[in-house]
Amino acid sequence: MMTNPGRRITQGQFSFLPDLDDVEIGQQVDYGLGKGFAWSIEYTDDPHPRNTFWEMYGMPMFDLHDAAGVMMELQACRRTFPEHYIRLVAFDSTRGVESVAMSFIVGRPKDEPGFRLVRQEVGGRSVRYTVQGYATDRPESQRY
Amino acid sequence: MTASVADVLASSQFESVLDELDRELIGLAPVKQRIRDIAALLVIDRLRLQFDLQAQMPSLHMSFTGNPGTGKTTVAMRMAQILHRLDYVRKGHLVAVTRDDLVGQYIGHTAPKTKEVLKKAMGGVLFIDEAYYLYRPENERDYGQEAIEILLQVMENQRDDLVVILAGYADRMETFFRSNPGLSSRIAHHLAFPDYRPDELLGIGDRMLADMNYRFDADARVAFAEYLARRIAQPHFANARSVRNAIDRMRLRQASRLFAQRERALTRDDLTTIVAADIRASRVFAPGVAA
Repeated sequence: MMTNPGRRITQGQFSFLPDLDDVEIGQQVDYGLGKGFAWSIEYTDDPHPRNTFWEMYGMPMFDLHDAAGVMMELQACRRTFPEHYIRLVAFDSTRGVESVAMSFIVGRPKDEPGFRLVRQEVGGRSVRYTVQGYATDRPESQRY
Repeated sequence: MTASVADVLASSQFESVLDELDRELIGLAPVKQRIRDIAALLVIDRLRLQFDLQAQMPSLHMSFTGNPGTGKTTVAMRMAQILHRLDYVRKGHLVAVTRDDLVGQYIGHTAPKTKEVLKKAMGGVLFIDEAYYLYRPENERDYGQEAIEILLQVMENQRDDLVVILAGYADRMETFFRSNPGLSSRIAHHLAFPDYRPDELLGIGDRMLADMNYRFDADARVAFAEYLARRIAQPHFANARSVRNAIDRMRLRQASRLFAQRERALTRDDLTTIVAADIRASRVFAPGVAA
């Protein structure tokens, strides 16, 4: 069975679609700004599904009116981390919500090896399963 | 199909924008003329587009120079709205900042701070008041220079995304531009705000009063014209700002005048009218003050 079809990870919104181009990303950002969300940019080289805390690229961007500001920052992030995963995260600060409202990947490494399934035999005949990224065998900053 | 200028005007709000500007701002002829020119260019650009005559969007970064109270800030506030209705900027908000908002306090603080402000202004207008403070030649380690460099870079590369307006007093802006030629040459429109003539100031006074639901009676208007003539001759005259302050003081005097007449039932007229006595009580009319 092939566990990594298309050799690309699928996390967050739009991840089963072809990658959004910059115009489409801008439209999504504008939509979020219209809803009053604050965008921020995050990157990582460890895209394990349980790794929800990615590194922040700069501060979250509050009080923006137009997508151009986010796009400017995104281009800067792509230049700095051309071979990392980059995602845009929209934070909804409405009282009672106060959490992430949108999140999608906007940058990926050229080659995504995916995850291996690790079976650990424990007491008796039980098996524990876990997944481990192939790329994370290598030290940080040499993964992709 | 070919369209005429009239067709484009009909389908946009250009005319109403210009009319409103004429109606609501007194004087400022050179400024209005420049806005008219810009509007004309944007209309013609739209017509050219029908024939696939692509041209780069004109650069609209501006500098406003003029004496205190000549309407620089007021026009800048309007400009965001005007450019939005002319379809030049996408969102049409105005972000007004001064040196404090752009320049940081320690090494490495300035760039993120300036960038954050720029990001907030994108899609609208960035108004930098007292822009000459950005550059402090007496301190070579001042971080203002760093802010200017980032500003320049964004003004050049993302002119579709925002319009930068620098404002300040004429003489100090002159020095500022002389020491930052790169900045000066990236600003296409240098607008000088002239001082108001006495009759324009009188008109501004009338309008300010009307906005606050007051009015002059006939004598008071004459007195106010006289007041202006004397006030202009005095030092520290700040055009419309002085008019506003004078009006605020007149309101005080009118209030105490009415307050003193405890028993009288006040009509609407009483409450809205400024009389000559409210103006002539000013220290400008005091004997010994040069006319």
